[in-house]
Amino acid sequence: MTNFKTHLNSYNWEEVLDSIFSKTKREVQHALNSPKPTLEDFKALISPAAKPYLEQMAAKSKAITKKRFGNTMQMFAPMYLSNECQNICTYCGFSLTNKIPRRTLTDAEILKEAQFLKDKGFQHILLVTGEANKTVGVDYFINAIRLLKPHFANISIEVQPLDQNEYELLIKEGLYAVLVYQETYHEATYKTHHPKGKKSNFDYRLETPDRLGKAGIHKIGIGALFGLEDWRVDSFFTALHLKYLQKAYWKTKYSISFPRLRPFSGGLEPKVAMEDADLLQLICAYRMLDEDVELSISTREEENFRNHIVHLGITSMSAESKTNPGGYVVEPQSLEQFEISDERSTETIARMLQESNLEPIWKDWDQNW
Amino acid sequence: MEQLKIADKTFKSRLFTGTGKFSNSETMRDAILASESELVTVALKRVEVGNQDDAMLTSLAQSSLSLLPNTSGVRTAKEAVFAAQMAREALETNWVKVEIHPDPKYLLPDPVETLKACEELVKLGFVIMPYVQADPVLCKRLEEVGAQCVMPLGSTIGSNNGLKTRDFLEIIIEQSNVPVIVDAGIGRPSHAADAMELGADAVLVNTAIAVSPNPVAIAKAFKLAVEAGRMAFEARFAPQATQAQASSPLTQFLYD
Repeated sequence: MTNFKTHLNSYNWEEVLDSIFSKTKREVQHALNSPKPTLEDFKALISPAAKPYLEQMAAKSKAITKKRFGNTMQMFAPMYLSNECQNICTYCGFSLTNKIPRRTLTDAEILKEAQFLKDKGFQHILLVTGEANKTVGVDYFINAIRLLKPHFANISIEVQPLDQNEYELLIKEGLYAVLVYQETYHEATYKTHHPKGKKSNFDYRLETPDRLGKAGIHKIGIGALFGLEDWRVDSFFTALHLKYLQKAYWKTKYSISFPRLRPFSGGLEPKVAMEDADLLQLICAYRMLDEDVELSISTREEENFRNHIVHLGITSMSAESKTNPGGYVVEPQSLEQFEISDERSTETIARMLQESNLEPIWKDWDQNW
Repeated sequence: MEQLKIADKTFKSRLFTGTGKFSNSETMRDAILASESELVTVALKRVEVGNQDDAMLTSLAQSSLSLLPNTSGVRTAKEAVFAAQMAREALETNWVKVEIHPDPKYLLPDPVETLKACEELVKLGFVIMPYVQADPVLCKRLEEVGAQCVMPLGSTIGSNNGLKTRDFLEIIIEQSNVPVIVDAGIGRPSHAADAMELGADAVLVNTAIAVSPNPVAIAKAFKLAVEAGRMAFEARFAPQATQAQASSPLTQFLYD
């Protein structure tokens, strides 16, 4: 198999949906007792039939996470560099047709934002942009990494998909990870939500992790945006993607994120709602499917949910995030990509973790190698 | 009990420990002290080199521990050599635990890169402690390039599964001219005692201590288990019989 697309095409969305919804209690129990759950077990674990077993799943997920990750939580912060964007995405605040002031941070502004995050203690940062290839392309990223490398131990990006040789250039500069969410694995739905711009090319986005794997990146983050399609089916395909990537690019580490649609000015209502209990069920199912995969939670989620989820499978989290370029210092008033829910300060989150017997890990990488 | 000697250092304790996965620095320090371990491994990537206030380093500096920087996170021999040099400068020790795991899922060591790195590091004057698969041939090859000890795994890192590689550990212990330290997979004091009874020179335990609900108490239990196992090994065992020897049905005819 040369890429994920061929793999994905051997599945039928409706069949997967039926298969998940027809899972029985017996199949859930089998999955719960399986020492190495398969993708079929994963379907059972995310199915409605597993709902009564959520407490058991949480206990299992908690124990596995503790064994593998200990009493720790990796901390990171996003830094939005630009909201310029040539794509139309029906759910995004940065979408081309949204009449918002556009801004791309200059070198001096990047360093100002960096200083703020550094002072907060962050060593792992995630650089985020929209898609504006002419102004915010590879050269811009190389420059940003060069500016930030002396200040942070670990740099990741969540930007437009790039070509393999472009990733190779960025890795050489010290890029550690790339996060690229498929949004939805349902091709027709994907097209309705991404009608214009380079992002409308479903295949190019889908094959991004393949290009990253071939480029030799340290970590790839994948996920689906919950709300566009049925979260269960999209999660099955995310898990399928994960398993495929792990075999194909075995030197790369993987992480899964769980973005749920969040309100923004003029926003989209979710097609299929995902309740907190659903999200917890999904997190536990992933942990049971894969003991080692990083599971990451952002400040999109609410305080109470985040306080509890830190024990139940999550291994990486952000704090005090701003989702607008310059949001920390340079221009706090600019429009956000989406609203965050957990607005507590980094210090408060760190204290919450310590009180929950978890050590916040600020540094777990070194830019010198 | 005999003292353990690696390179120019002697150790009273045959239990080595680690610093990962603890819920806070105080618990880590207390558990390490309770273990009476004299050698503690630290992931270089977790340390802020050059920062005098680094939480982990300051809490370990208060005791008489030797730090053993490890190269966790590197994927090639070249990166490992670089990391070791960085560690030597930052932590002022020429000891390094060579950990090269390109596979981030099971963190299994790469034998080819490890051998290459060790060969280079010995030339650069390092005392190297290579984390390796329980591969007897690889262990001999490492000894030949100058490794001062070998650290074969009992089972995968963090698994707490015990000595799944027992048969190969026995061969390594039998053949080795340098100390054999069983690393990874030791989940219970009985596993540690088991390794010591097999004749391992030391064990390294981290997850099983850090993740226990009571790290200090379990650290002490590990200390005692390692001592008991070593003492038993030195004392030697009474012979084990697989069955009672009541009669000899096959050869009895000779005497009828």
